[in-house]
Amino acid sequence: MTTTRPSTTVPRPASGRRDLPVLAELRCASKTYGKGGKAVAAVRDLDLAVRPGELLAVLGPNGAGKSTVISMLTGLTAPTSGAALLFGQDPRGIAVRQRIGVMLQASGVPETLRVRELLTAFRGYYADPLPVGTVIAAAGLAGLENRLFGALSGGQQRRVLFGIALCGNPELLFFDEPTTGLDPEIRRTLWATLRELAGSGRGVVLTTHYLEEADALADRIVVMDGGRIIADGTPSAIKSLVPGRRITARSGVPVAEAQGWPAVHSASREGEWLTLLVGTPEPALAALLSCDPQVSGLTVTETSLEEAFLTLTDRTESAA
Amino acid sequence: MTIRTTFPPTANREPSRPSTFRLYRTEARQEFLKLIRLPIFAATTVALPLMFYVIFGVTFAGQQAGGVGVTTYMLATYGAFGVIGAALFGFGISVAVERGQGWMKLKRVSPMPPLAYFLAKVIASVTVAAVIVALMFVLGATIGGVRMPPTEWIALGFTLVAGALPFSAMGLAFGYLVGPNSAPAVLNLAWLPMAFASGLWIPIAQLPDVVQSTAGYLPPYHFVQLALGTIGASEGGSPAMHLAVLLAFTAGFLAVAAWGFRRDEGRTYG
Repeated sequence: MTTTRPSTTVPRPASGRRDLPVLAELRCASKTYGKGGKAVAAVRDLDLAVRPGELLAVLGPNGAGKSTVISMLTGLTAPTSGAALLFGQDPRGIAVRQRIGVMLQASGVPETLRVRELLTAFRGYYADPLPVGTVIAAAGLAGLENRLFGALSGGQQRRVLFGIALCGNPELLFFDEPTTGLDPEIRRTLWATLRELAGSGRGVVLTTHYLEEADALADRIVVMDGGRIIADGTPSAIKSLVPGRRITARSGVPVAEAQGWPAVHSASREGEWLTLLVGTPEPALAALLSCDPQVSGLTVTETSLEEAFLTLTDRTESAA
Repeated sequence: MTIRTTFPPTANREPSRPSTFRLYRTEARQEFLKLIRLPIFAATTVALPLMFYVIFGVTFAGQQAGGVGVTTYMLATYGAFGVIGAALFGFGISVAVERGQGWMKLKRVSPMPPLAYFLAKVIASVTVAAVIVALMFVLGATIGGVRMPPTEWIALGFTLVAGALPFSAMGLAFGYLVGPNSAPAVLNLAWLPMAFASGLWIPIAQLPDVVQSTAGYLPPYHFVQLALGTIGASEGGSPAMHLAVLLAFTAGFLAVAAWGFRRDEGRTYG
């Protein structure tokens, strides 16, 4: 029996999006794979809502439950308890799937079909598809139209799957780790397309374990760990949850003493280098300079999302 | 600054439906493209029964089976063998593989009507069956020296090709029961003994009594008896009975497949 841990909730951006209709929703959804003693809870009691124009990144380590969230929202798998809704309806309905586009993490595509044939087939499933030229341009497939899927590189195959997700000109798009296996240049192009999709009023949900990606792209980040949401907010709000600055200096001050300074969350030492993670840097800097006038190599930097993320998952682990 | 608007707005779209006919046609066309571009599968499926017909037809030429010439009798038995193989393997292995690799999953999150996917495969296996039967008839009429009234040619041909339907259902059920890697092995293990025990290789009357008494439980036996009935070489049982048994098996196989289709919703793959 596990007790419910409250997730770390931070204020949402004042975007007014809360008034917009919900495109996709999980209500207290849980998913358990297997039965009896071997049952593994992939997602536990999760609440999540996606609204138009929102670019939501679901961030977390492998096994956090990100793909299960996508599976439930797209109707690939039904929640063990709770509900998954697309446009207020059962996600397994054909009509409701007219309004979504999905790129899954691993999709084997018949290798003997050409890129254009694949796009034609998927466009044919939708009442109002995007022009094939638009799909080819947006997915970066120009020049590859007549190649067999099996003759493409891994990155090119990912782009075909990206194009398939765009085919129906959907209102809501799901991308499960879309940039895995793409080179940096293509990744940037894909990011721009994702932003453009959200900018045109569509809802975009992507999962990623690239922290850089969530930070650069999303206007809302949901951090998952162990099947739960442990933080939900803007990238800057997520960062505000954890020490905002890192002070690094060459100093002989003992770690135990530095930990007692005002606003210091943690202190660590590597050789002669002392590192402090602090809320506001000024009081700690004053204390450092008065304790150790010989201090050198002093830098103050902003913490990365990676550190924010690690602090959040560590906190969950120590609470468990 | 110019704003690039690649994506047209989605709001206020008229609710409409895609062209159903075009969708089904595209799906069927792609099923053929997959077959043609992987010629090794098509070649073995088509060539194996033709080869058997020629080898055994020539070996036993001049003898009688079921009251007709061996080369005539074998048109029905090896024709059935070819048709069942095409349906069973064409369906079973492609469904198992496409489930395993995630292609089915990608189709399932799209608004594709599942019927389009399955119907395309049915059309493909009926077509392959028709090719096998047509080529075997040509061999029978030439090197086999088969002479029959046109009505019998037509009745036999139609019965054989229609046999692709129940065995497509059987292939579909197998596709949902077995994994992608084990599918070819499991299908061969099930199919080859079943073909023998149903009298598709050696006339059923020449098989041991124990095999003859169990043949009635095997769907290919009823199919081949229906086919033999069209040329007056049936070993017993009314066509209506054979047809009823085949329909019952088909319903059972479809029920298994429907169960498998729903089961996939609870899995991580499908």
